[in-house]
This record gives sequence, C-alpha cells and structure tokens, in this order.
Amino acid sequence: MKFTLSWLKEHLETEASLDQICERLTAIGLEVEDVDDKAAYRPFTIARVVSAEQHPNADKLRVLMVDAGDGKPVQIVCGAPNARAGLIGALARPGTYVPGIDVTLAVGNIRGVESHGMMCSEKELDMSDNHDGIIDLPEDAPVGTSFASYAGLDDPVIEINLTPNRPDCTSIFGIARDLAASGLGTLKQPTPPSFSVEGNTPVEVKIILDDEALCPGFAYRLVRGVKNGPSPRWMQQRLLAIGLRPISALVDVTNYMTFDQGRPMHVFDAAKVKGDLVVRRAREGEEILALDTRTYKLNPSNVVIADDNGPESIGGIMGGEKSGCDENTTDVLIESALWDPINIARTGRGHGIITDARYRFERGVDPEYMLPGLERTTELVLEMCGGTAAAAKVTGYKGYEGKVVDFPFSEIKRLTGLNVSDDESREILAGLGFEMSGSGERVAVAVPSWRPDVDGKADLVEEVMRIHGVDEIKPEPLAPSGSVNGKILTTLQIRTRIAKRSLAARGMMEAVTWSFISEDQARLFGGGSRALKLANPIAADMSDMRPSLLPGLLSAAQRNADRGFGDVALFEVSGTYENDTPEGQRRVAGGIRRGTASLAGAGRMWSNAAKGGGKPVDVFDAKADALGVIEACGLPMANVQIVSGGPDWYHPGRSGTIMMGPKIVLGHFGEFHPVTLEALDVSGALCGFEVYLDAMPEPKKKATRTKPALDLSPFQMLRRDFAFVVDKAVEAGAIIKAAAGADRKLVAGVNVFDIFEGASLGEGRKSVAIEVTIQPREKTLTDEDLDTLGKAIIANVTKSTGGVLRG
Amino acid sequence: MSDLTALEQAIMADIAASSDEAGIEAVRVAALGKKGSVSELLKGLGSMSPEERQTAGPAINGLKLRVTDAIAARKSLLRSEAITARLKSEAVDVTLPVHSSPAERGRIHPISQVVDEITAIFADMGFSIAEGPDIETDYYNFTALNFPEGHPAREMHDTFFLEPDESGERKVLRTHTSPVQIRTMESSQPPIRIVIPGKTYRQDSDATHSPMFHQVEGLVIDRTANVGHLRWVLEEFCKTFFEVDNVVMRFRPSFFPFTEPSFEVDIQCDRSSGPIVKFGEGTDWMEILGCGMVHPNVLRAGGLDPDEYQGFAWGMGLDRIAMLKYGMPDLRDFFNADVRWMSHYGFRPLDMPTLFGGLSG
Repeated sequence: MKFTLSWLKEHLETEASLDQICERLTAIGLEVEDVDDKAAYRPFTIARVVSAEQHPNADKLRVLMVDAGDGKPVQIVCGAPNARAGLIGALARPGTYVPGIDVTLAVGNIRGVESHGMMCSEKELDMSDNHDGIIDLPEDAPVGTSFASYAGLDDPVIEINLTPNRPDCTSIFGIARDLAASGLGTLKQPTPPSFSVEGNTPVEVKIILDDEALCPGFAYRLVRGVKNGPSPRWMQQRLLAIGLRPISALVDVTNYMTFDQGRPMHVFDAAKVKGDLVVRRAREGEEILALDTRTYKLNPSNVVIADDNGPESIGGIMGGEKSGCDENTTDVLIESALWDPINIARTGRGHGIITDARYRFERGVDPEYMLPGLERTTELVLEMCGGTAAAAKVTGYKGYEGKVVDFPFSEIKRLTGLNVSDDESREILAGLGFEMSGSGERVAVAVPSWRPDVDGKADLVEEVMRIHGVDEIKPEPLAPSGSVNGKILTTLQIRTRIAKRSLAARGMMEAVTWSFISEDQARLFGGGSRALKLANPIAADMSDMRPSLLPGLLSAAQRNADRGFGDVALFEVSGTYENDTPEGQRRVAGGIRRGTASLAGAGRMWSNAAKGGGKPVDVFDAKADALGVIEACGLPMANVQIVSGGPDWYHPGRSGTIMMGPKIVLGHFGEFHPVTLEALDVSGALCGFEVYLDAMPEPKKKATRTKPALDLSPFQMLRRDFAFVVDKAVEAGAIIKAAAGADRKLVAGVNVFDIFEGASLGEGRKSVAIEVTIQPREKTLTDEDLDTLGKAIIANVTKSTGGVLRG
Repeated sequence: MSDLTALEQAIMADIAASSDEAGIEAVRVAALGKKGSVSELLKGLGSMSPEERQTAGPAINGLKLRVTDAIAARKSLLRSEAITARLKSEAVDVTLPVHSSPAERGRIHPISQVVDEITAIFADMGFSIAEGPDIETDYYNFTALNFPEGHPAREMHDTFFLEPDESGERKVLRTHTSPVQIRTMESSQPPIRIVIPGKTYRQDSDATHSPMFHQVEGLVIDRTANVGHLRWVLEEFCKTFFEVDNVVMRFRPSFFPFTEPSFEVDIQCDRSSGPIVKFGEGTDWMEILGCGMVHPNVLRAGGLDPDEYQGFAWGMGLDRIAMLKYGMPDLRDFFNADVRWMSHYGFRPLDMPTLFGGLSG
C-alpha cells in the first residue's frame, strides 16, 4: 500500500515530520517497507532562458544564458531542439544528481564552451519517457523556486507492508485514522458530499446468485452529460506518485477512490451497456476482454456483471474493455458494490489477475461505505467532468450487523502485562472508531463496519496495545520451573541424537535429503502407494513420500561421485513414511558407504597397499554401522540376532536383517541389488543400512543408577582354538551359537578368526576357525576338565551344523 | 709369573677382539668355564704347597676378578652397540601419512547442531522438546489454528496436499510446526512449556525458498504468561543463541491467524559487511521471527478455556537462524548432501552444544 505524505495530510492534521510518521506507522503495525523522501529532486530550480546563441563549434548545440531568479545568469550548452530564449524550464546546477540519466553533473566543457549545468527533459527527471526536448513550462511558472515543488515531485512516497487483517488501512483515510488515534495528529472529518440529483437511473441491476454472500450489495447511479477529459493536475500527480498512470478523469476517479477511501469503484460507459445489468455466475467458457486488454476465459465460480452482450466486468476484480469509459463517454454508470472476499481471492488467483480492487475486496471492503463511496465518487465526477447525477439505486444490501464485544479492560494487563488506564483505553478505542457503552471497567464495545478483523477481547487488547505502544512492554522473566530441570528429551529424541553423533563419529557425514522422492524410486523401496502421493508435487521426481532413506542417500552419493568424490559415507536420521497416519511416520537412521569409504578411512593408502589398498566397502561395513547405532542406543547386544537376507532392494546373498526377539525388526543392512542400483542410475561399490529407532523397546526402568558389582574371577582365563569343516551354506552364527551353548557357565565368548575354503576340504566345504574364551568360575581347570569341555563344544557344533573338527 | 701375565694378556686380547655376544661368551667359557684356562689354574691351587698357594692364590684370584670384570664390561658395551644397531635398522619414515580419525572426518548437519543448541538453551528455561508428524490433517494444520476457510495458505499453490482418501479427506504436509501446539494441548495439561523443531513444507521453490525447510517454534501456556514474558524469553534466547552480550529487539504489531495480539520481531544488527550479519551492534533491523499471544480459538481447539489459561507462541526458520549464525549463503545447499558443503559447514560429532561449555565451543 503506497501513498504520499501530502495525500496523507489531506486526512491528517499533523506537524509530525516524515521520520516521525514512518516510525509511528511501523510501531502501530503498519510496517513501513519503503520511503522515498524525494530529496533527489530538491536541487532542481525553475529557470528562464535569457538568451540562446548558436554554439560556435557545433551545429546542433546552443549556448544558453539561464537565469534562476538570482539575477546572475549561468552559461549552459544545450542540444535540445526547443531550447530558446524565453523558455522556462528546470535547471540542474553542477553537483546535482540527475536521476533519469544516473549522472552527477560537473562543470563541463563542450566543444570549447563551458557549461555550468543542464536544462532537463522529463525523462532526465524520471517523470516520463519524454526526451523530445527540455521541459517547457507555462509563462507563469515561478522562476527561482523549486521545480519539484511546482511539479509535485517533492511529495515523499511511503509504502507500507499491510497485513491481510487490515482492510481499513488499504485506504489513506484509514491510515490517517490509525495515526490520529495514536496521537500523531487530528483526523480531518470529510465534509458530506453535496450535489443535486435529477431524474432516475434507468438501468436495472439484478443480482441473480445462488449464494447472496457473493454480492451482498450493489449501489449505482447514472451521471448524464459528462465530459471525460484528463483529470486535474493534483489528482494526476498523486496517482503518478504512487505508480498509477493517469488515463482519464472518470477512470482516475475510481483509482483515486480506491486508494483514498479503500473503496474500489467501477465506471461503465452507459451508452455501451446493452439492456440491464445482471450480477451472476459466469457461464462455463464465457470470455471477457478485460481492461488490461487480455481475454479471460471464465467459469461458474467467477461472478460477473453482465449485460445482454455478456460479461462486462469481473465483479470486484476488473472491468471489461467493451463497456469501459473513454474520451467520448457522455453518460457514465458508476458502480459501488460489495463482493465476497474468498471468492474474489479465488477468482483473482485462478486467472492470475492482481488489481488494486482485488487487493481490497479480498481483505473486505467497508459495507457501510458502499453508498457514501458512491456519493463521494459522484461528487468528484461532477466536479471534474460536469453532468447531472441521477438518483442512486441500491440493491441486495441488507445492512451491517454490528459485532459487540464484552470487554473487561483488565484483559489488557492480563495478556500484555501493560498498565493502561481505563480512560486511555477508552480514548484509543474511540479514536479507532469503536463505540463503547457502559461505564466502569467492563464495557460493551461495538466494532465499526470497517474492522471485520475484530471479533473478540484479544483483538481489542491488540488495538489498545499497539496504539499505546508495544515498546512500553518490558521483558519479564518467566518464573523458573521450580528446580533444576530434569531430563527433557524422550527416549526417541535421545536415540535420534545419539544415532547421529555415533554415525558421525564413524566418519560419516549427515545429510538432509528430501522427504519426497519420485514414484519410481519409492516403488523400488516398497513405497509408491496412493495414500503417500502428493496431489501437487513441486516437480515430477518429488511426488511420493519416501518409504526409505536409502534412495535419497544413494542418489546423493552418486551426485558426489559425479563431482569427483566417489568415496563418501553419508547418513541421515529422519522420517520415512509407511502410511499417512502419525504412527506411519517412522524414525530411521540410515546410512550408506560408497567406494572405499570404510570406517578406517577412504582411498588408497601405503599402509594397506599390500592388502590391495582401498578395498571396496561391503556388507560388513554396513553391518558394523548398523550395529554401532543399535549399541549406541543402549540396546543389549546379547539379545540382537542377525538373520540372513533383507528386503528386495538388497543383494539377497549379501544382506541381513537385525532382529530383537522373534518379532522386532531393528533394521537391515547389506550390499544392494544390482537391479535396484541400475534403476536408481547409481553405480560403484555401495553398501548401506537402515535402523528403525522407533522399533527399539524403551529401556527397562532401573530402580537405581548403581551398577552391579564387578564380578572378577580369581581364575585365569583360557583360550582354545577349534577349526570345523562344514558345508559352505552353514552360517558362522550357528557355529558360534553351538560352541557357546556347550557350557554357558564356562564359555565366556566365541569369535571367528579364520575362514578357509580350498580343494583340500572338498567341493562345497569350508573351514571355520573359532577361538573360544573360557572363564573358569569355581576352580582352576584340569587338563581333563578342558578335554571334556572341548569334546562338548565339538559335539554341540557337530550336532547342530554337521561340522567335523578339522584334522 | 710370566705365565700368568701372558695368559692375562691373551685373554684380554680375546675380550677386546670379541665382536658380539656369542664371541664374548666363548671367551668367557674359555677362561672361566668349567675347563677354562683360569678355572684350571684355580683347580691347580689345591695341589700346591701352602707357601706356593700363598703367592699363587691371590695372583690367580686377582686374574679371575679382572677377567670377569673385563668380560662384563665388554658384554655390556656389545649389548649396547647391538641395541643401537637394531634400532637403527628398525627406523621407519614417520612422515608417511596416516588415516584421519573417523570422529574428525564425520560431520553433523548444521540443522541437527542448531536443534541441539536450541535444546540446550530451552532446557535451561524449563522447556521440553515436542514433535509431531509431517503428514497432517487439515484440522491440525489449519482449522484448529484458526485459519478461516478460503485462507490463501489452504490453496494448492501454497500447501502440499496428498491425494484424497476414500472419504475425500486430503491430508497435507504441515506448513508449519504449529499443529504440534494443538497435539500437545490435547495430550497434556498446563503448565506447558515446549519447543518444537521439525520439518515443514510449502509449495515454494526459488532462490530463497525451499519446498522443504525447518522451523522451530515455542509454546508457553499457563495462567499468567503475557507479552512481557514472551519478550524476555525471546531476548534471552537470541542473546544466548547468537552468543552476544546484548541484543536489541523490536516488536512490531503484526498478524497471524493463530495469535492475537501478534508481532513480528526485528533484531538490531550490522549488515554493512555484506552477507555476514553481526548482532548486538549496528543500526539495521532484520526480521527474525513471528510471535504472539495464543489466539483464544486456538486455546479452545486445544480444549482449554481462554479465560482461564493464556500463553504465547513464537516461530522462526531453523535453517534461517542457522544461516544467520554460521553464514551459509544459500538455503538450497542444506538439502544437496554435497560432501564439500557438509565438510565445511558441518560440525564434528564431539562438538556437542552445552551451556556450560558455550554453545559453539
């Protein structure tokens, strides 16, 4: 919302400076976005050309002597064709910045003649595109005075960023009312329009709508015998200053009313309207050539004003070209109507039309000013264009049903902490147009028709607060919660945090990738259901809520590889989506490693060159990461089991599922299925995992933080190695389990230290070498004891895996 | 006695000539072993007459002592030389590179880091962290937050909608973290002090907007919380978060559907040095957050009587405050997973924000 200082002062009697006004506007919630104080125009002076001689060295140049009113003419070289003795124009002296050409003048020397300034064209002053000659002012222009002030260029322009709840401040009058209420001046009450009325308005307007809220009122009148020339200078200057192009008096009046009173108006050339006007829904496919010279294809959600020829105006948004006023208009039909804010917003958005009328109607135009607005517009039309006004007609308007809010003044203190006296509160509310009845500290407040945003007590608190001054509210410490704050994070929040930190500590980098991926990618990872599809994705490849973190991470790894960073380890701890319910949003820690980015470090290294250096990552890197997360989250690792195989997107022979008990799936890890990688268009050595943090059971509540006593055996720990030849398909896990199960008391641990396959073992056989840690508990073991235990281990392994001790 | 002298000279020559531990051992055995030359002489003492013994005894024992000492000295020298030689042979090139520590290579995303910083600050003020789902109902995202029908935010061009279900209901990707306000009011009783960090989504994508971004918002509800408390909380937060001694904040009346009164808050800063914003100094204003007193309709939607309970809420862009504090120039980079960016702007896993250690260390 833009306006000029002088325009504001038309409604506000004030001595306040521009700075004070701007500061106050922001303080009361009308945030000043931009101020142009027009200081740049101050140095230009009205000056008369005393003489104009031919330049001695250039055909097209003249040497002027210019008098700026001080009786000391200055010499100026000028190339304008209209430069002549006696011309009165705008002079810029050396040192002046000329905005239209972006140059600061200096004393020049043009072909051997000194030039002490410049006579400006309109273009040079950024007034218009006119550069045919220098500005040529009428004889009576006051030489020696400020050109900007004469031409209305010195009027500062203020632009405010209006919040959508304040339709009343889409008008300069409304802004003045707010400022006056805040004590920055006095609101000038408008004098009621006065003109005589002759005859009736012959045109009938019918509102034919299934929903009367779409057009809750329509006021109009005919003015006969107008002459539609240019509007007066003062009006043109104001419109120009806020960026509107003056067109003709009739059109300019409507624009003026839009800004001055927040009351968009429309004028029809009555001669071009065929038959009566109907306010109705547009018919499917109906077209209108609008005033912006574009043709819009309408639909029944749009409300139009139509005559026998069809739509003549998109109600409340933009008029039609066909029935618009021009220089030949003699009879003008002035419209002042009310429209439904929601429908205006939708229609405007639907057609991509942004107009000053839409801006106001979608916020809500004062219904009680519908008729006064028509009267004021008529008055201006009569002043500027002559003619006679016919009687106004109003249809559809049922009157304004005022809201009344029961308001205890104590609410102000309760919500803001401010101490505002009841008298001041009354004064503020009255200044804003609220009417109060009742005395004492509780009043009934009637909300004015121009404040549709005010509904309840809190709204009134805001009104008093913003006018009284928000800066008066002093910071007040929040009462401490009582004692030292305890644990504030939930288990899942703690695990999320610890998962991130532990994965980063494994040398991985935390990525944040899009929650939405392409449908193809979603399908590859078990998603793609309709319930998780966006109806309006921002791009085709961001259409589905992700079922897994892996596609995003794999794509990210590929992007890095394409940039020359092939060895990357990435992770993300975030949401995936099984369905559209809150419970369907999982909390997952996922990660991938690419190339040689193992825990130890990526790339070739002299130290492992002998081992082939830069070994590509594999399923065991991913397994270690996954188990690392689970362990960091505090789960008892003894209860965690690994089952071969994972979901379809993993390599079936190089992936695993992490279980806790028979039911809880904690996660998956592995290398990827080549078909999945191909479909994702990624390549290279890759492995990855996902751990479901939300599947982890809550830790058992402990009665005490004290750790159990350390149980150290006085007897020496022993280690014994066994190698079993088993079928290749036998899982090492089964051998470990069998060995450990041989004597749960004595066997403290089992580890696999070698795997060997070779012709000597036979086709399809392998040798698994394990180291068994034995912890005697009651006595030092004898050779016999150890022999017995060894046999038990061998027997158990043989029984469960068919393995035989390697000879 | 020239025999003894000759023997001694010979043994001493052998000792001097021995060049390693085996050599000196051989000399020792030859001299002092069971059948060594010196041992033999000692054995001969028994068959001597007392007179002979009186002179020969000390001479032979003296010889034994000197030989023993000489062997020990030589042995010690040879061992020391051997160690020196071995160490020399074991020397390696210590300028060869080693792998960096994984904990130094890994990185925490700035968003996670800033969430931890915020958690540290608000934990100190008695707040908990609340979370909610990304996929929300229209009710929680709009209606309960007092967005009227027809509000532009409810349009397809602002909000991501999911495909309608069988009943025609369209879920949305939450456009703000505010639905968690309602969910919290429904599930717990005042006093409420929560901070809500999380992902949010809007149908917007250009140089400064991302279709997915992060917000953090706060909610306080009790029987007394007012704008003064709100000011205090925000000033304390901004001071602590930006790690400056003082901040000047400007509250401007503004409008949001879910608060009344509402404010936008500017923070005084110095923007004269290009993209780097310095808080606690300067004369510029930068809008940093929106806030206000919880709208009575929102309290009602949360099942609370607005005449009994009151409170305030605020919200700000998490990515944005991260950018302001740490200087990332472009929001879109947050979601690109470019390892160069992560390495540069990310945080080391052990850089854990605490109040006692300073937020950013």
